[in-house]
Amino acid sequence: MAQSSTLGDKVYRTILFAAATSILLIVAAVFYMMVQSSMPTLQRFGIGFLWASEWNPSQELFGALPFIYGTVVSSILALLIAVPISLGIAVFLVEQAPKKIAKPIAFMIELLAAIPSVVYGLWGIFVLAPFIRTYLGPVLQDNLGFLPIFQGRLTGIGMLTGGIILAIMITPIITAVVRDVLEAVPNTQREAALALGATKWETTMIVLGNAASGIAGAVVLGLGRAVGETMAVTMVIGNSPQITASLFEPAYTIASVLAANFADATDELYLSALIEMALVLFLVTVVINGLAKLLIMSVAGRANASKHT
Amino acid sequence: MAEAATVHSKRRITNLVMTSLTAICAVFATSVLLIIIGFIAYQGISSLSWEFLTDTPKPVGEGGGIGNAIVGSAMMTLLAAAIGLPVGIAAGVYLAEFGKNWYGNTIRFIADTLIGVPSIIIGIFIYTVVVMPMGRQSGLAGGLALAIIMIPIVARTTEEMINLVPNSMREGALALGAPQWRVSWNIVLPAATSGIATGAMLAIARITGETAPLLFTALNSRFYNFYYDQPMSSLTVQIYNFATGPFEVEHAMAWAATLLLVGFILVINIVVRYLTRKKY
Repeated sequence: MAQSSTLGDKVYRTILFAAATSILLIVAAVFYMMVQSSMPTLQRFGIGFLWASEWNPSQELFGALPFIYGTVVSSILALLIAVPISLGIAVFLVEQAPKKIAKPIAFMIELLAAIPSVVYGLWGIFVLAPFIRTYLGPVLQDNLGFLPIFQGRLTGIGMLTGGIILAIMITPIITAVVRDVLEAVPNTQREAALALGATKWETTMIVLGNAASGIAGAVVLGLGRAVGETMAVTMVIGNSPQITASLFEPAYTIASVLAANFADATDELYLSALIEMALVLFLVTVVINGLAKLLIMSVAGRANASKHT
Repeated sequence: MAEAATVHSKRRITNLVMTSLTAICAVFATSVLLIIIGFIAYQGISSLSWEFLTDTPKPVGEGGGIGNAIVGSAMMTLLAAAIGLPVGIAAGVYLAEFGKNWYGNTIRFIADTLIGVPSIIIGIFIYTVVVMPMGRQSGLAGGLALAIIMIPIVARTTEEMINLVPNSMREGALALGAPQWRVSWNIVLPAATSGIATGAMLAIARITGETAPLLFTALNSRFYNFYYDQPMSSLTVQIYNFATGPFEVEHAMAWAATLLLVGFILVINIVVRYLTRKKY
């Protein structure tokens, strides 16, 4: 009896161990295959691949800079829009709204995160892009047209549309983490501030200050999502490998060049160039997500950090 | 004295403005959701028909539908769930029962890393290890890509759900002389079943909406295909192709297919929320 139970324990534990280890093996295999498959361009162009700005596969010119530029600018744009809004929502839900109102609103914002990327893309093409072309774009150009970022042709498809779509997509993620972080701040802090005569808003500022590193974690997590977001951006950013100051002009991101061109890449060097960019994206998102996890953990504790990363 | 009064009213005004601004943010975000869902319902409902749900895509102007895409999505999701659920749940049980050490922490960190990796990279990985050796795109490749996306998500939610099971249940069973695997399998897992099931449903909703990992693994197909070794159509890739094409008839079909997809995903999310409402 004792014999069979220790055998059972061993078998059970081994099966579970294998399943857990498979996660490790998958990540190792993903990394290995991408390094191996990008060897042709790694050897031929070296590190200069990252800042070469010419992209013309038919002439074997492969430079990743336009895609890195597009990824960075669209992600920053998304953060500039999404961070203040997400902070506002989270403060409203945790610090102000009564539970009866906060609960349904929180759920609806969580639903925004459940909508698939391709659906945001569809909506972006047929609703957001025309809106920017006919309403937002002209208003911006009329009032702020002297700025280079608002000059250029208005088609509705371009960097700004990509940034706005990304902002909508990362808002529920940042909101959810900031909510958890704020809820982890002890109530005694609020009570102390209110007792000293602070207004509701001054109390909120103190709470936000004490949750700063967790909020930073939420922002970094949103950045990680924006950098890797693929379908919606591919459908609205215009897919043109150029570096221009104008936010109305088409651009390209790493993820979207992979989505749009991978199927056409028959030539070995072309395929290798795309996979090398995928490798860059992989490493960047791993670093960003690791950083986000550390920052959130420092405030909200282990359990909450794991829930979102 | 007058100065103190202005400072005081200034603080009150700031308070009023800022608290209203946060409420506006919340209203804004919820209206974005309603606008998106409203557009999908409004645009999609007019193209929904029995023919649309059962037919295969046809040349523009001849009607056609997304029947094969529905079957393809279902088949690939099924394959992904058949692999991803057992592996993910087993990994989650390991993390909860035996993972309170350096190895468990490593796996936990790696799983979170994998969740954060853009899904298109999983598609490229499957392309290099399944599509290239097989020489063609297939439903198998698509299903495997989705399975990889599913495993870490299921593992982490399973772990969380098992951690909610009170330790006294474990102690009681162990005190009665049950071996550890019996305790885990017959006592702890059944107690966590509903939580694990809701996690599994959310993971299924998530992979049904994935497009990027299917683009060059499952590719697409204009026909009904019931074999995993052939290219397979999916709702999401079909929506992408319809939406980025030049024809208005196809755009209308994209909206209708989206209505179906988003309806499915939102229903799962709302049902899960309803079932777990007591916990929140």
